[in-house]
Amino acid sequence: MSVGILGTKLGMTQIFDEVGNAIPVTVIQAGPCVVTQVKTKQTDGYSAVQIGYKEVAAKAINRPEMGHLAKAEAPPLRHLQEYRTAGSDDFQLGQQLGADRFEAGQLVDVAGTSIGRGFAGYQKRHNFRRGPMSHGSKNHRAPGSTGAGTTPGRIYPGKKMAGQMGSERVTIRKLQVVQVDAERSLLLIKGAVPGKPGALVSIAPTNQVGRK
Amino acid sequence: MNAEAIIRSIEAKHIKDDLPEIYVGDTIRVGVRIQEGGKERIQPFEGTVIAMRNGGISESITVRRVFQGVGVERVFLLHAPRVANIQVLRRGKARRAKLYYLRDRVGKATRLKQRFDRAL
Repeated sequence: MSVGILGTKLGMTQIFDEVGNAIPVTVIQAGPCVVTQVKTKQTDGYSAVQIGYKEVAAKAINRPEMGHLAKAEAPPLRHLQEYRTAGSDDFQLGQQLGADRFEAGQLVDVAGTSIGRGFAGYQKRHNFRRGPMSHGSKNHRAPGSTGAGTTPGRIYPGKKMAGQMGSERVTIRKLQVVQVDAERSLLLIKGAVPGKPGALVSIAPTNQVGRK
Repeated sequence: MNAEAIIRSIEAKHIKDDLPEIYVGDTIRVGVRIQEGGKERIQPFEGTVIAMRNGGISESITVRRVFQGVGVERVFLLHAPRVANIQVLRRGKARRAKLYYLRDRVGKATRLKQRFDRAL
């Protein structure tokens, strides 16, 4: 339950560490974000921090949203996201958050929308094997059996079938921050993150499950 | 600054600008940094460049040599700090971009004609 930051995926490259190993990194433009609302137990029943990211023209934002942002004296912002807090953190309205919230070596969770693959078949979506392509076979990419016959007389729920693949919210956990460029508010994170370059991603300190 | 320019500027810190011009077919000597027991030394690896892969910071070459009757191929990331230096020993004449056919040859058949129109 710690406050993260929103950013834009810029693309991937590789850099060399001090030992000389090549490390694949994703470059993320993290912030600058603005605290647009601070929710507390007294006023909202739970404590959280809402941050905004990506300054846009005023005409891109409707008036209720503008009114909400005006309370924090924030510029017009496209994306708003809330992070639950333990309640003890001190955030002020209008406070600026940048990449300097993170440090090299820290583990983070990166969430975003994965690349959409549209309506995908069995092989692409669930890694089914294909049928023989020749020798008179007409069973090329068909699914095979989907279950028994008269008993049970139906297909069990959860059966893997063709359908929409990708374009869903995905969180990649425990990625390592390799480098922080506070000046340009850039984060270099080891490994891949969801989405294509230009995608909106949320970077938060990793959620350690089961640890007190 | 757009995304492309930002990524290039990050890579720029790691890209070497003192690399010699290398072509497929050249015989080169690569100095490889090796760390053993807290001491660092440079081990040379000599062989023929049989493939090159472009791609900015991930530019790489494949160097092949036959050592004690066994073919050894090493892929070097040109901009890696482990590659201490590269020296071109001989320019070879190659008519294709990838010399994988050399893997099927032994002895005299692996020789490449030398070319003299490129400076060492």
